[in-house]
Amino acid sequence: MDYGFTFAAYAVAAVLFILSLGGLSGQESAKRAVWYGIAGMALAIVATLMGPGQGLWAVSLILITLGGIVGYQLATKVQMTQMPELVAIMHSLVGLAAVFVGFNADLQISAVMGMLAGAGIDRCDPALSAIACAEKFGQAGVFDGISSFGALIAKKTAVEITILRIELVLGIWIGAVTFTGSVIAYGKLAGKVNSAAKQLPGGHMLNAAAAIGSVVLAAMYLNDAGSWTLILLVLLALFIGYHLIMGIGGADMPVVVSMLNSYSGWAAAAIGFSLGNDLLIVVGALVGSSGAILSYIMCKAMNRSFVSVILGGFGGSSGPQMEVTGEQVAIDTEGVAAALNEADSIIIIPGYGMAVAQAQQAVSELTRKLRAKGKTVRFAIHPVAGRLPGHMNVLLAEAKVPYDIVLEMDEINEDFPSTDVAIVIGSNDIVNPAAQEDPNSPIAGMPVLECWKAKQVFVSKRGQGTGYSGIENPLFYKENTRMFYGDAKKSLDALLPLID
Amino acid sequence: MKIGAPKEIFEGENRVAMTPESAVQLIKLGHACVIETGAGAKAGFTDAAYEAAGVAVVPTAAALYEAADIVVKVRGPEAEEAKLLRAGQTLISFFWPAQNADLLAQVAAQGATVVAMDMVPRISRAQKMDALSSMANIAGYRAVIEAGNNFGRFFTGQVTAAGKVPPAKVLVVGAGVAGLAAIGTATSLGAIVNAFDVRPEVAEQIESMGANFVFLEFDASELPDGAATGGYAAPSSPAFAAKQLAKFRELAPEMDIVITTALIPGRPAPKLWTTDMVAMMKPGSVIVDLAAERGGNCDLTVPDQKIVTENGVTIVGYTDFPSRMAAQASTLYSNNIRHMLADLTPKKDGVVAHNMEDDVIRGATVAHAGAVTYPPPPPKVAAIAAAKPKEKVKELTPEERRAQETAAFKAQTKQQVTLLAVGGALILAAGLVAPPSFMQHFIVFVLSVFIGFQVIWNVSHSLHTPLMAVTNAISSIVILGALIQIGSSSFLITLLAALGVLMCAVNIFGGFLVTRRMLAMFQKS
Repeated sequence: MDYGFTFAAYAVAAVLFILSLGGLSGQESAKRAVWYGIAGMALAIVATLMGPGQGLWAVSLILITLGGIVGYQLATKVQMTQMPELVAIMHSLVGLAAVFVGFNADLQISAVMGMLAGAGIDRCDPALSAIACAEKFGQAGVFDGISSFGALIAKKTAVEITILRIELVLGIWIGAVTFTGSVIAYGKLAGKVNSAAKQLPGGHMLNAAAAIGSVVLAAMYLNDAGSWTLILLVLLALFIGYHLIMGIGGADMPVVVSMLNSYSGWAAAAIGFSLGNDLLIVVGALVGSSGAILSYIMCKAMNRSFVSVILGGFGGSSGPQMEVTGEQVAIDTEGVAAALNEADSIIIIPGYGMAVAQAQQAVSELTRKLRAKGKTVRFAIHPVAGRLPGHMNVLLAEAKVPYDIVLEMDEINEDFPSTDVAIVIGSNDIVNPAAQEDPNSPIAGMPVLECWKAKQVFVSKRGQGTGYSGIENPLFYKENTRMFYGDAKKSLDALLPLID
Repeated sequence: MKIGAPKEIFEGENRVAMTPESAVQLIKLGHACVIETGAGAKAGFTDAAYEAAGVAVVPTAAALYEAADIVVKVRGPEAEEAKLLRAGQTLISFFWPAQNADLLAQVAAQGATVVAMDMVPRISRAQKMDALSSMANIAGYRAVIEAGNNFGRFFTGQVTAAGKVPPAKVLVVGAGVAGLAAIGTATSLGAIVNAFDVRPEVAEQIESMGANFVFLEFDASELPDGAATGGYAAPSSPAFAAKQLAKFRELAPEMDIVITTALIPGRPAPKLWTTDMVAMMKPGSVIVDLAAERGGNCDLTVPDQKIVTENGVTIVGYTDFPSRMAAQASTLYSNNIRHMLADLTPKKDGVVAHNMEDDVIRGATVAHAGAVTYPPPPPKVAAIAAAKPKEKVKELTPEERRAQETAAFKAQTKQQVTLLAVGGALILAAGLVAPPSFMQHFIVFVLSVFIGFQVIWNVSHSLHTPLMAVTNAISSIVILGALIQIGSSSFLITLLAALGVLMCAVNIFGGFLVTRRMLAMFQKS
C-alpha cells in the first residue's frame, strides 16, 4: 500500500512549515506565517487520516477534537505573563507523545516478530524482510490484516530493523528527557518548584552515570535483550531530565526553555526516522535547529557557554569580587514624577520583575502619557530579560506598547549617555555594571544595558535584596541612581496621576 | 582664625568679599569674622545685618588689617593696602600676579601669604571656588542687559495690531562662561542668537544654549588643542584669523547687537571687530565689549565708557559689569571665597592648614612664607581630558581593497569547504554502513537542518517567544506517527497512540492559538 497522495500532501506541508518559520522575520509577515503553519498542520493531518492513518479515523477525529478543546481553553485562558510556563508544559506533551509513539514502534516490531514465530518461522536470512521471509516459507498470508504501520515494519530487512531500533531508542530517550525536563521547567517558572539550582548528592556524576546506564541499556536492547531494557531506559531518561533541569537556576530559564524546544524537535525527527516519515523528519529538524539557534543566542547574550548553563549555576570566580561601596538612595513617587516631567528622553528597561508584578499595563499607560507630552520614550530589551526568549516583547505588545519603540540592546546601548532618565523596572543582572567593571564578577564579560550612563537612573525594585542570581549590583549604589522601592505595579500606579 | 573683609577702595567697586550669609558659613568652619564698617553698603548689606550674623564690625581699615589673620577682598590690594599686610597674614583676593609682579614681590617680602582667586586652576574639584567663572557669568548676563538698555527695540519678534516687530539678531563672539551666559540671556529674551568661538568643541555647548554656531570652514590642523590650554582659547594662526574676520564682515550688516567676550590668558584682547565692521552696522545697533579692560575686541572701544559712533552704533566698554550687579556678584564671590576657606580648613576647626601639596591651593597661592610662588607647577589633574586622537581609517586604494576582499573571500571559502568536506565525509561514512532506505531519509534530515539554520537566523529578536510557540505547535507533528499507529490490532498500541494523538492535539491547537494571540498584540505606533 503506497499513498502517493499523502506524500504529495507532506511535501506541500513541509514547504508551508518552512514558510511559517521564515515569515517570523517581521511582525507583519508573522501574522501571515501562522496561517501557513496552521494550513500545513491541517493538510498533514488530513492527508494522514485519508492515507495510512485511516484505520480508526473516527476515533482519531474525536481525540483531535477533544485535544483541540483542551488546547483552546489553555491558549485563551493563559495570561501573557504565564507564557513561559505554558510553552514549557506544552513541550512536555510533545516529549511524552514521542515516547509513546516510540514504544508503539517497539511493540509493533515485537508483534511482527511474534507473528513470524507464530507461523513457525524461526530463522530467516537477515537480508530479507519479514514479508519476504514469510513468502519464502510459503506463508505469505501471515501478515494479512496487519495494520498499515505493521506492514511497514514487516517490509524491513533485519539491518533496517536494527537501524529502526536505534532511531526509536533515540526518540524515546530524547522524548523522555524532554518530558520530565519540561515539567520541572514548568514547575520552576510557575513557582511550584523552588527556582534555585538544586541537585541530589553526586551532582553531575549522577547524570553521567544515568547517561552511561542508558547507553548500556540501549546496547542491550539492540541485542534483543527484550523490551524491559527499553522501559528501564525511559526511567533513566526521565531521571536525567528531572535532575538536569533541577540543577539549573531560574535566571538561566530562557536557555532551558529553548533547549527543551530543540529537544522536542530532535525527538520528533528521531521518531520520523523510525516511522520512515519524511515530514516528521523535516519538521523535527526545523524545530530542533530553531531551538538550538535560540539557545545559542541566549547563551551569547549572557556571555556563557552552553555547557556551563547546562552544568548549572554560575562558574566560580577567580578572585574576590569588587567591594561595593556607598549606599542605596531611595526616592519617593513625587521625586520620580518631577524628574520624568522634566526629562526629554526616557528609556525604560523592563525585566522579569515587571512580569511578576503584572505591571506592563501601568508601564504602557506611563509610556502613553509621556509620549503624549512629546517626550521620547523607548524600551531597551536585553536578550535574556524575562524567562523566555523575547518574553518582554510579548508582554509589552500585550499592553499595546508600539513595537517600533521597543529596541534591542545593541540598537540602544549607545543612546544612554544622551538620555535624561533611565527607568529600570524589575531587572537586575542585565543592568549590572559589574559585568564590565569587575573582572572577578560571576557575570564578567556579559553584555549589559549601560543604563548607568544616563543622566539619572530610577530602579523600581521590591526591596534591597540581590536578584535571582544573588550577585550584588553596583548600579544601585551609583551617584545618579535612585531606588524606587515597592511593588512595580503599585509604584507605577501611584506615579501615573503625578505625570502631567 | 579671624577673617576680615575691608571696604573696597577701588573707584567704582561696589562688591564685597563677605556677605552675612557667607559669614555664617565661615563661623561654622570654626572661624571668627570681622568687617570694616560700611564695607557691604554698596552691595546692599548693612552693618546691622553683619552684626546679626555674628560678625564684628570695626571702624577703620587699619583696625581690620590689625585684627584679621586672613583678609578677604575682591580687587587686588592697592599700594597703601598692601603696606598694611604683615608677616603670617593671608590675603585672599583677585591679584593678577602676572601683571602685578612688583606688588607681588613686595607683599611676599613682607611675609604675607597671597591666595589669588584668579589663579584657581580650572579643574572639576575647584569649580566651586572659580570666581572668574562666577563673575564672568554675571558679566555675560549684564552685557545683554546693558545692550538691551541701549537698544531701541524689542529682543523678541512680535506681530501686533500696531505692526510687526522683527526679532533682534545677536552675535556673541567667544563662548566662554560669559559668552554662554550672554547667549542664554539673549535667547530667553527672544532674540535670534548666533555665536562664534575658535574652539570647535564648544559648538555643542552653544547649540545647547539655543544659539546657532557660526560655522567656519577650516582645517583642523590650523587649530590649537583647546584641552591643552586648560580650557581657554589660544591665539589662532594668521590664516585662521583672516577667515574669521571675513566671516564677521559677512555677518556685521545683519547684526543688531554684538557682544564680544574673546580673551586669551596673559595677552591683550584680540581685535575681532574692526572699524569697518562697525561702519557696516545699522544705526541703533549696540556693541558690548566685555574685553574692554584688556584693550577690547572692538577697535573703537573706549574702556569704562559708552560711546556712540558717527553712524549711530553704541559701543559699551564698561569694565565693571559684575560690580554693576554688586549684590549678586558679592553673594557668588563670597561663596567662592568661603569654599576656598573650607578647603584651607579641612578639619573645620578654625585652623588654617595651608597644604601646598594640594593642586588647587598650590595653584592659587602666589606668595607664601616670604617667597613668590608664582607661577605654579602644572596641575596634576588636567582640566579637560585631552581629546583622544581620532583613529584614522586608512583610505584603501582600489587594489588594496580588492586584495582584502579576495583574502576574506578565500578565508570564507576555506572555512566553508572544510565544513563541507568534514560534513560530507561523515555522511559518506554513515552511508557505507547504513542501508539505502535510511540514507534516503537522512538526506531529507540533513537538508531540513540546513534550511532550519538558514531560516531561523532571520527571525527578529522580538518574535522569539512566538517562534517558540510556533515550533512547539508544529513539533506536534509527532501526531502523524500516533495517527498511523492508532489503527493497530494490538490494544496497548492503540491506547498509547490514542493518548499521543490527544496530547499532540492539545499542543497543536494551544500552540497556534497562543501564537496568534501574541502576534495580534504587536502593533505599530
